[in-house]
Amino acid sequence: MKILVPLKRVADPDNANKVKIPASGDKIDTTGLEWKPNPFDEYALEAALRLTENGQQPKTRAGEVVVVTFGPKETEATLRGALATGADRAIRVDTTDEQLDGDLVARALKAIVEKEKPDVVLLGKQAVDGDNNQVAQLLAEYLDWPQATFAATIEEEAGALLVGREVDGGVAKLRVKLPAVVSVDLRIVAGNSVYSTKTAKTFKYNDGVRFAALPAIMAAKKKPLVEHKLAELASDTALKVSYSTYSAPPARKAGIKVKDVAELVNKLATEAKVL
Amino acid sequence: MANVLVVAEVSEGKAKKTTHSSITFAKQVVAAAGGSFSILVIGAGAAGAAAELAAYGAEKLLVADAASLANYTAEAYAPTVAAVGKGFTHVVATASSFGKDLIPRAAARLGAGFAGDITEVVADGGAVAYKRPMFAGNAFGVAKVLTPIHAITVRQSAFAAAEPSGGSSPSENVAVEAPSGAAARVEFVGVETVKSERPDLGEAKTVVSGGRALKEKFDEVLAPLADVLGAGIGASRAACDAGYAPSDLQVGQTGKIVAPQLYVAIGISGAIQHLAGMKGSKVIVAINKDAEAPIFQVADYGLVADLFTAVPELVTAIKAAKA
Repeated sequence: MKILVPLKRVADPDNANKVKIPASGDKIDTTGLEWKPNPFDEYALEAALRLTENGQQPKTRAGEVVVVTFGPKETEATLRGALATGADRAIRVDTTDEQLDGDLVARALKAIVEKEKPDVVLLGKQAVDGDNNQVAQLLAEYLDWPQATFAATIEEEAGALLVGREVDGGVAKLRVKLPAVVSVDLRIVAGNSVYSTKTAKTFKYNDGVRFAALPAIMAAKKKPLVEHKLAELASDTALKVSYSTYSAPPARKAGIKVKDVAELVNKLATEAKVL
Repeated sequence: MANVLVVAEVSEGKAKKTTHSSITFAKQVVAAAGGSFSILVIGAGAAGAAAELAAYGAEKLLVADAASLANYTAEAYAPTVAAVGKGFTHVVATASSFGKDLIPRAAARLGAGFAGDITEVVADGGAVAYKRPMFAGNAFGVAKVLTPIHAITVRQSAFAAAEPSGGSSPSENVAVEAPSGAAARVEFVGVETVKSERPDLGEAKTVVSGGRALKEKFDEVLAPLADVLGAGIGASRAACDAGYAPSDLQVGQTGKIVAPQLYVAIGISGAIQHLAGMKGSKVIVAINKDAEAPIFQVADYGLVADLFTAVPELVTAIKAAKA
């Protein structure tokens, strides 16, 4: 199986309070932010690695994972990180976030899919900066491929994936024939969430994503990484959505500390009137 | 002039409550830009659901009812949504798992720009733009959709459910479009619903959430409090990662975003990514033994105490107050 995993670097979500908005509100100031791979994309990479191996013998690859990102030269660090974790090849599309919207990313990804011909495009359900939740769905439609969004479980079958999707109030199972687009949700990195046909159903992974060992980090420097220009992939680079007038969320007014449970219940009943 | 198409969510022949938030959005767009709105009721049994939506002031109810739409898939629904949506300026659904899955796919068919999970309609000359949370709620941006048709999903908690306004919207049947090639390659297998007596996190008026400090006593401590408050139960990412709570309870940037009337955080330190999921709540209560925990910066009422004694006391006190 060959899987394409689009990865986006985002401002470190654990330090997202460092997001600065200038008084003019015309942009988000990204200077000084620490960059990390979008967590949902990291989960997609983990799922892709699990689908291209036998869980008992993770050192032997049984398929190919190609990672792709959109950004300037320094985003290659994100790709090298993914290569160190186990991805086989990488593609960087040279551009900047300002030149992109989700629709343009989806159209450019379509061109990459047509070149690379993967069986699956596996990606995070949303990037935790733009928080739109759109690229998987847009790409699936542009390719006329089936989509399975918000995947909590993936089981490989002959020529298909059985995907458990997080839906309101439960999990909906979809069977998608390959090729297909799958976007992943949180639970995809649980130990028993993803099984290739090679991995025994009795096998349980460690929860979470795998980390790169030092030798793998060194080896990743030699793995292939190619660059494409955005204009080679999308003839129309006009955006469909533009952003302006950024603002900080309304601050909550300072609360109070109560001395004990009795005072808390009293305040909730008489002041907040929520009991 | 706006001409808004609300895509109703139909489940078992009934219109889901999520639909009413999109109707409120449509009314706001019409108030700002003029025009009217219609409702597309799509799914097997849509005709019955349409009757429920007749009194909300829509110009038309457009009904796409076919046995082939019995089990929702984006591949089967998007062609009809796009074919009907072509005649409108805005195509909107609520950002439930249905709307989030369907609307971007329909947007691609329509060549429409998409803004997801918006929280506010912003007047922009004679048109409208959309305020939406980004960076996990640490910033808001105003999205201007540059295409003739705008594809939108709205955050349910930011748009109060529309109330019936009387009248009776005329209803007409619309053709169900032939499915795309992709539809033949997707098979709906089934839904495993989580059976719970508790309200769904997204809809609960009160949410009680627990953090890692609860350890193996997560349920034992929280369930009595949730019971007495009629609350949904949530959890911090740390509690989910540690295995104390199932991950579908996670409230936060990478989990569920909630905005109940009352949010009670038990043993939650208040990492940025958790705050992103709950700081829109009307009243926030925090109980934590660490007085310096960041959760106290957003809490209306903070109690510095050991949760293992304070929570049972709180349950007793609330029972007494309600009696």
